[in-house]
Amino acid sequence: MVIDWLPSVLIVALLALGVIGALRRVNLWRAGQPEKVNLIAGLLAMPNRYLKDLHHVVERDKYMSRTHVATGGGFVLSMVLVLVVHVFNVQERIVAWALLGALALMLIGAFFVFKRRLNPPERLSKGPWMRLPKSLITFAVTFIVLTLPAAGILPEGTGGVVLIVVLSIGIVIGLGELLFGMGWGGPMKHAFAGALHLAFHRRPERFGGGRSTGLKPANLEGAVIGVAKPSDFKWNQLLGFDACVQCGKCQAMCPAFAAGQPLNPKKLIQDMVVGLAGGTDANYAGSPYPGKEIGNAKGSPTEVITAGLVSQETLWSCTTCRACVEECPMMIEHVDAIVDMRRFLTMEKGETPNKGSEVLENIIATDNPGGYAPGSRTNWAADQNLAVMKEKKEADVLFWVSDGAFDMRSQRILRAFVKLMKHANVDVAILGDEERDSGDVARRLGDDATFQSLAKRNLATLGQYKFKKIVTTDPHAYHCLRNEYADFDANGALEGVEVLHHTTFLNQLVQSGALKLDAFKGGKVTYHDPCYLGRYNGEYEAPRELLRSLGIEIAEMERSGFRSRCCGGGGGAPITDIPGERRIADMRMEDVTETGAELVAVGCQQCTAMLEGVVEPRPEVKDISEILVGQLVEEVH
Amino acid sequence: MPHKIISLISVGRHPQSGRARRSDQDGRAVELGLKLSGSQLEVVHAGDSEEPVLRQYAGMGLAEITILEQDQSMDAVASLSTYLASRDADIVLTGVRSESGESSGMVPYILAEALGWPLVARVADIVEIKDGTAEVLLALPRGQRRAATVKLPFIATIDSAAQEARQSAYGPGLRANMVAQSGANELDELRANWSEAPAKPRPKRLKMVKAKTAADRFKAATAKPAGGSGKVMKNESTEEKAQAIFDLLIEEKVIR
Repeated sequence: MVIDWLPSVLIVALLALGVIGALRRVNLWRAGQPEKVNLIAGLLAMPNRYLKDLHHVVERDKYMSRTHVATGGGFVLSMVLVLVVHVFNVQERIVAWALLGALALMLIGAFFVFKRRLNPPERLSKGPWMRLPKSLITFAVTFIVLTLPAAGILPEGTGGVVLIVVLSIGIVIGLGELLFGMGWGGPMKHAFAGALHLAFHRRPERFGGGRSTGLKPANLEGAVIGVAKPSDFKWNQLLGFDACVQCGKCQAMCPAFAAGQPLNPKKLIQDMVVGLAGGTDANYAGSPYPGKEIGNAKGSPTEVITAGLVSQETLWSCTTCRACVEECPMMIEHVDAIVDMRRFLTMEKGETPNKGSEVLENIIATDNPGGYAPGSRTNWAADQNLAVMKEKKEADVLFWVSDGAFDMRSQRILRAFVKLMKHANVDVAILGDEERDSGDVARRLGDDATFQSLAKRNLATLGQYKFKKIVTTDPHAYHCLRNEYADFDANGALEGVEVLHHTTFLNQLVQSGALKLDAFKGGKVTYHDPCYLGRYNGEYEAPRELLRSLGIEIAEMERSGFRSRCCGGGGGAPITDIPGERRIADMRMEDVTETGAELVAVGCQQCTAMLEGVVEPRPEVKDISEILVGQLVEEVH
Repeated sequence: MPHKIISLISVGRHPQSGRARRSDQDGRAVELGLKLSGSQLEVVHAGDSEEPVLRQYAGMGLAEITILEQDQSMDAVASLSTYLASRDADIVLTGVRSESGESSGMVPYILAEALGWPLVARVADIVEIKDGTAEVLLALPRGQRRAATVKLPFIATIDSAAQEARQSAYGPGLRANMVAQSGANELDELRANWSEAPAKPRPKRLKMVKAKTAADRFKAATAKPAGGSGKVMKNESTEEKAQAIFDLLIEEKVIR
């Protein structure tokens, strides 16, 4: 027949166009800053990362994970076989049948994609994404019909020219979406960019069950500190933005979005894509930043992001709770990007909003955010008879007090913890006035210079003494000491030292029998996971085990564990205080109230402060150490 | 024609930690200078060009800082008066007093005397400069302001009621140029003869709280003392006036 060749030519042509588009896309990423990545090892590790790590996240939504396996797996398999059967013209029947099988699998998957898109939830982006299931079905059906003759089901030449023309249209629609669209920024871009993103991820430690949550140090020597323009991101960060599938799971989890603050992690990532490719956000078809209209943002790789693409309030709304990162099936690093851009605002522009500048100035001048006299840091412990490292030089446990030392509410937590340690005869000492702020707030507010200076000075102090463990009641200091100080620990001050949160440490004491506790007889209790303990450090079990050891049956909140909702106190958010429609702490307290609990157990002074700031009547808020102290069995001598 | 404005800066001292910092009032003097003349503002320091605190001032967006290089034991006034006399400035802004050193608050007065310029003390804001005069707002207690018109050139000391200094950004501060030139080499003899000792906290007179409402308490807690018991004596005889002063001095235990 005259135009028998048309389908194979179309396939090759669209494939070639797809490759050209892909190369163009690669060039866009290359505008970013260099970052060393092991390309070969990454590519080799990619299939495993996809099948295990990424799928582990997608698996949380069974419907979608099965749909994606059928559609994606079916497509990849059929695309390979399409080339074998229809381009290289291999005439084996068994191959044609295999192709039919793969296409059928894909068709089933595509049908379920279609079904989900009939009444899509608000978090999903619409626009071109609504067209995707139809293109998928067109692709599958077209190639099924096209393959029937090769499988021997229909005689060659069935349907004549008309059918070939119809099928060719189908090829253009189907492959146009799947190959051409992949390279040229259609919805299928996620497959191409996503695969490479997995291969060249900036935090390869995250794969294989690992955890990597510490922020990367800012380069303080560059011409610009932090990220001003999209091209200031590392190239693999840009690649990561491009991997977004706009599923909106981040948006559904974001506490700032729920509070009506002008942040939507999905939109932020899409704005980054606009920035790296150039243009406007007019084609964005998802939920906006609360209170901001779509269509006004424009940018390019070489334009300053906060000068038209993303507003400053958006960047300052984030509590760095990492719920979006935890939820993202593409393993995109939203928090890294936000802090990178904050670094520019703070260290280059000097535009940290509201109390930010005052707090940073205090930290610089007094090593604590409140601007208190450094010599009054140990006043809280005047009656505690605690050993100070300066005199003791050596102890089993170094108790890192943190800035809670200056806050009367937090001091109650500190005293409770000290009492517990004394009871268990722990060999403990504190740094006293030699301790400084951990630098957590400074770092999250974008002032990495101050963070680095504090980290180095704290490490120099720590290096003078001998201890086996550092224990702290503050998950933020815990995170810094455990995950972020290593970058500056040239002299190995923390080498071989175990950094523990007090709930982990207390749990060890209780399990080993060093602490004897009575059963708790109060009412219903729930537990609030602090972000910096849970998502940042993976400690979900110890606090729960402690509560259980008191005979408490925890009434879990709907959002608990890795899905815990932030209290609103992280990332300097209470300092920058971007207005929204609700307060995040109020929403979290509603979560608590829903369980019917009369007491919410917390493992963080910041969470305690935020949750206690909710107007009464509300359940009582207590740190776990305070609850334990109430149940101590006092031995009679 | 843009006016030439110079802000003088010193090394401050944090009241709680005692650590060197951007001095609060000098920071406000730079802030006001930036408001009046933007990037044309000249910022001058007499001291050590390696002093890290200068970077904190530079982080407010200054491209450069002029340093009159001199040792700590030398008198800053000598360097500054020579330099200012050569600069043909319209307005010189300083803090009311420095946070370190003698902290006498005399520098602006001695400079004004040396230059033969008027000194305007405790300025909250400079509203407008027009036709060789400046419209100035002076800071008074309880947030009150007094408007004054001053002929250029003059020296102004900036009160703590002036606009707060903007945030200092690390990057620009790091990159700013420190332009050093040698300052005068005149020993600060007064200072050299001083001996410094930590201050003993002085006993404070307890205030009776008479406030009955929250608003009163707030007022009592926030207002600067305005010397409420004072009285204006205009028509009394000289003897009566002298007697009043004498009584007050006894009451305040100045004379016994």
